Amino acid sequence: MEYKNVLTVCPYCGAGCTLYLQVLDGKVIGVLPAKQHVISEGALCIKGWNAAAFVHHEDRVTQPMARRNGRLEPIRWDEALDLVAGRLAETRQAHGPDAIGFLASAKVTNEENYLFQKFARAVIGTNNVDHCARL
Amino acid sequence: MDEGTLLTELRMAVSDTLTRADGVLALRADHGGAVPHLFKPGNDLSDLITEPRYPMAMILDTLGDAWPEARLGVAARGCDERALIELAKRNQVNLDQVEIIGFACSAEQATECRCAKPYPDSLVVGEAAEGVTEDPRLAELDVMSVEERFAFWSAQYEKCLKCYGCRNFCPVCYCPICALESELWVETGLLAPPFPSYHLVKAMHMVGRCIACRECENTCPADIPLTTVYAALHRDTAELFGYVAGRSVDERPPLLLSLSGTMED
Repeated sequence: MEYKNVLTVCPYCGAGCTLYLQVLDGKVIGVLPAKQHVISEGALCIKGWNAAAFVHHEDRVTQPMARRNGRLEPIRWDEALDLVAGRLAETRQAHGPDAIGFLASAKVTNEENYLFQKFARAVIGTNNVDHCARL
Repeated sequence: MDEGTLLTELRMAVSDTLTRADGVLALRADHGGAVPHLFKPGNDLSDLITEPRYPMAMILDTLGDAWPEARLGVAARGCDERALIELAKRNQVNLDQVEIIGFACSAEQATECRCAKPYPDSLVVGEAAEGVTEDPRLAELDVMSVEERFAFWSAQYEKCLKCYGCRNFCPVCYCPICALESELWVETGLLAPPFPSYHLVKAMHMVGRCIACRECENTCPADIPLTTVYAALHRDTAELFGYVAGRSVDERPPLLLSLSGTMED
């Protein structure tokens, strides 16, 4: 029987409201606004109130998958990496670096986004880097 | 009673409850603020505080659903107790499994919340302060004409972002299927929500339920004085039905109908 609240920053827009993740017996069950936060002042927008919805969502991808015969099938990590690296190289070779677009995410760390855009720009050679919040 | 003494006595009361209960829900100091936390027997209570407050009844409802056999204590203000009473009437909380550790709000806190009863009946810590007898915001509206009031509320509700914060943070809003999310009552895809559907549907549901905790107003990003309408309804409900939300578990909400024998098939 454990209940606690863990402070975090909303993964959505740039306002950076902090909020509490309600954790019941190890599972995130919802959020509470952070009343002491100077920016949000204890308020949240609709995205903030639902910020924890994706954490335990049944649609979350938990393993690499490849589309074969019209269906997504789970594959091993090394197979997935080979597949992706191969197809990226092929596409870049055949159609040029700008034929590839990169969509970053608000739900990963800054460090991971940095690596992502570095890969896009320095390795692939394109500036086609955008972000899920622009969708 | 000064804040220091209140905290000392509250922690002692919680410690005592923990000799009987599986846990006590109270606020814990966190990152310059406070959060609801379940303290267990043996836990250090030195970071148990009382502000800034959160709707404890709402959280106790969640914990009770998760652990129906558990005996839980809760550090409760007047509004928390009122909310628990309303939830208990609607079978959302089993008060037999709950130990209310009531503490009083200060006169300053009562004024800030415009609270009529800033202490719980199960008062264990602190001295009952005098409440605010009449909501000053309601008094302001009472002297307006109908046209002025309509203009006032049109302007206020136009600020709404439809964040659902007022619904999410309301301790007596527990319905898994909510009228405010129904396309039938609140047309989707429009901001502000069309006047006056969202707000008046919510207000209608607050009749006999709203215990004036002000959590909805405090969390509203648009600073809409939501509870002023609920206060007017509260006044009407008292006048028409002699009913006061949160006063007693035995008082039946006037809008709860028993269908058997009252309607024709």
